[in-house]
Amino acid sequence: MTLVLEAVLLGILTGGVYALMASGLTLIFGVMRIINVGHGALVVLGAYLSFAIVSSLHIDPILSLVVTMPAMFALGVALQIVFIRPLKTDREALSVLVTYALALGIEGLLGYIFTSNYVQLRAWYETASFPVFGFRIAYVYVFGFGLCLAILAAMFWMLYRTSFGGAIRATMLNRTAAQLIGVNVDRVSALAFGVGVATAAAGGVIFGITNSFNPGSHYDLISRLLTIIVLGGLGSLRGAVIGAMIMLITTDVTAVLISPLWASFAFFVILIAVLIVRPQGLYGIKVRDRA
Amino acid sequence: MRRMSRTGAIKAGALVAGLALALVLPFVAPDPATTNIAVFTVMYVGLATAWNIMGGYTGYISLGHAAFFGFGAYALGLLLSHFGIAAGFQPFFFVPVAGILTAVIAVAIGWIALRTRAATFVIVTIACMFMLQLLAENLVGLTGGGAGLSFPVPRWSGDFFNIPYYFAMLALALVGLALSWWIRGSKFGLGLLAIRDDEDKALAVGVPTRAFKLTAFVISAVLVGMIGAVYGYYVTYIYPQFVIDPLVGISMVLMVFLGGMGTLWGPVLGAVILEPAQLWLAYNFGASRLYLVFYAAVFLVVILLLPRGIIPSVMELLRRRRQHRAEGPTGRASDTHETPRAVPRGAAP
Amino acid sequence: MSLLEVENLTKRFGGVTAVDGCSLSVEAGSITGLIGPNGSGKTTVFNLVTGFIPRDAGEVRFKSKSISGLGPDRIYGLGIGRTFQLARIFPRLTTLENMLVPIRRVGLRGLMARGQWNDEKAKAMDMLEFMEISHVAGLLGGSLSYGQRKLLELAAVMMARPQLVLLDEPAGGINPVLLERIADHIRQLNAQGATFLLVEHNMGFVMNLCNDVVVLHRGQAIARGAPAEVRANPAVLEAYLGA
Repeated sequence: MTLVLEAVLLGILTGGVYALMASGLTLIFGVMRIINVGHGALVVLGAYLSFAIVSSLHIDPILSLVVTMPAMFALGVALQIVFIRPLKTDREALSVLVTYALALGIEGLLGYIFTSNYVQLRAWYETASFPVFGFRIAYVYVFGFGLCLAILAAMFWMLYRTSFGGAIRATMLNRTAAQLIGVNVDRVSALAFGVGVATAAAGGVIFGITNSFNPGSHYDLISRLLTIIVLGGLGSLRGAVIGAMIMLITTDVTAVLISPLWASFAFFVILIAVLIVRPQGLYGIKVRDRA
Repeated sequence: MRRMSRTGAIKAGALVAGLALALVLPFVAPDPATTNIAVFTVMYVGLATAWNIMGGYTGYISLGHAAFFGFGAYALGLLLSHFGIAAGFQPFFFVPVAGILTAVIAVAIGWIALRTRAATFVIVTIACMFMLQLLAENLVGLTGGGAGLSFPVPRWSGDFFNIPYYFAMLALALVGLALSWWIRGSKFGLGLLAIRDDEDKALAVGVPTRAFKLTAFVISAVLVGMIGAVYGYYVTYIYPQFVIDPLVGISMVLMVFLGGMGTLWGPVLGAVILEPAQLWLAYNFGASRLYLVFYAAVFLVVILLLPRGIIPSVMELLRRRRQHRAEGPTGRASDTHETPRAVPRGAAP
Repeated sequence: MSLLEVENLTKRFGGVTAVDGCSLSVEAGSITGLIGPNGSGKTTVFNLVTGFIPRDAGEVRFKSKSISGLGPDRIYGLGIGRTFQLARIFPRLTTLENMLVPIRRVGLRGLMARGQWNDEKAKAMDMLEFMEISHVAGLLGGSLSYGQRKLLELAAVMMARPQLVLLDEPAGGINPVLLERIADHIRQLNAQGATFLLVEHNMGFVMNLCNDVVVLHRGQAIARGAPAEVRANPAVLEAYLGA
């Protein structure tokens, strides 16, 4: 029983990281209607950037965010302008290919620079843990969860309390109407992409502290992230957070109750079940593609 | 005898020439390294053509087709070991059985995946692919898990070995092309294209979209499954992550994009251009990870410069030239002045 | 007994009740107008009748048989066609191909056969000529002018000879000359046996063309009768001016 409780708790804590990463992904979909298949690779890139900074400067990985988040934000904006904006026709389909190509490129570059050995971000508090209900929770998970919560809160604040956030939401709801009221949708798209990538950097740090990774880790990551946002409903931030929680709790509990091998499988089963009943996901809106 | 127009005769001639070339290729260039390239190229011609039947005609992009590729391979491998089939020519006759099994799983996956609209569909296909990979890895008793599954190995000489596989792949590619051609000229195919343009409007004029999409999906999956089966037999040993490989799935999509989505020959063109290039890149740069960077660069260049693919871009160029000549200086279509094209484009590939 | 019977149809979108216990009928052989102020639920009724959105309550009967809950493709197969407010055609198919998409009966041979295209193509060209757009048969739908698209949309819908055709604002965005042509086409098709139900804001068009008019207000039918009667009905005037 305590094992299950521990699994649930761990699921919530690690769910935070995935919630952060997934919300960036779903935001990008909501604003630009593109599926950024390269999001996993961007997370891994963020992790490696932090790794490089930590290795040379020997600072706490979370501090590296001060550098990596702005840097990745700029990268995101640049990527959107160079590779996404030129896509005029067949946007949804082509963007999948473009972002996949970017993912491959990033994987190749990282592999070339860092080789395919597994690495992990080291923090001094890594092994420290505190007791809860008869088992121990590592501090890293709590710190990570706290950070994710903070960044998510910042993102929600930005979306619902600033005019930029309003512009983003307007673009998400109705691109044409947003243009008609004076929103520069091109600029909003580029900046939103930047925000998404910046959150990927943040997620990357936490992910990198709690997992060992190599350039090829993005496949597993992106498959989880994509399924999370489908479960939650494409474009819904609330859905991304809830979906991430459900996913991590399910996989962790399954790993404990049945076996680790079937953990991911259990989540896919839930996804399929939800899609059969609600094809638009938990918080997605049933959209007819045209009026 | 039906009178053939000049372009019709040229097309028929090119077709016959191409077929003849494909048939004699392994005898003209018997070097195993070359025939190996030929096997993989024809394999991708088949894969791209098959994928196009779903993705190109209906516009529903499946990024999980590698699942069927791997499933077909496992299906054949398990069939062969279950029935104790010896190596040689016999296994080839079980490929259609692997195809039937793939059909069953394609109906299941398709039924679920097609409940969603285009964007979610892409992701669900990816999810299904990873699910299948997980199953392959975890059902160790059935598939051998991470240790892989072996196929019987034919005792053919090194020079001859590739040739039966080449013809098997060629046969499947030709079946795929024939199906693709037939579908395009039929009312079913027109319905698929209508779904691609405007799915709700297609519903409004009576097109049973769910049934049509599922049919195209299953046809596409079965072809890919059979090709995967032959592939498994060719490489004689398969592992979950290499036979249910996202790169295979994405390659066939890129080839169709390059050649022209929804055209008949686009996938062929894309495969013939990209597969040898891919093999060359892998051979020369495979060791270092830079191979992926080059591949990604090729990818991006193709997509950004030729978003509609080679064949549609060329056709558009030709059409504009023809329109220019017909219209004269005004250059605009209008109710009364437009010179129509003599032959409705209906059935022509 | 009417060709189309709508009984107590209700549809809610969140807090808004777009269609509120609406009951109306369309007589066979008529050209019936469906009018009402903006937001009265006209297009929603169309979407409900043709199966594009699920109803919350009520029944729809066509030729005395219930069609509530059927999908749009089944409904077209039963003989009800519709056009859309902003004319929808298939832009990447040619005009002729647009005409060949509609499916009345799904039969395996008919769908896979390549041979019997010719009959259908001849029928399609006849219909295109009737609409006076046969000269653009080879052009892609996407390159047609808006007027041509409207004509093509109607022509394609008629391909399977539907008995009831729902027209959503056929006069929308059309110049007066073309409008007269469209009205003529509708009259001729009506004479050949098709019943029409059209949603329209252009009163002149409605009064000239329709022999029966239903007025919708706040999701309910509030008046019914010949054009002249309805025009003078105080409840109708109240709805338009008061709304």
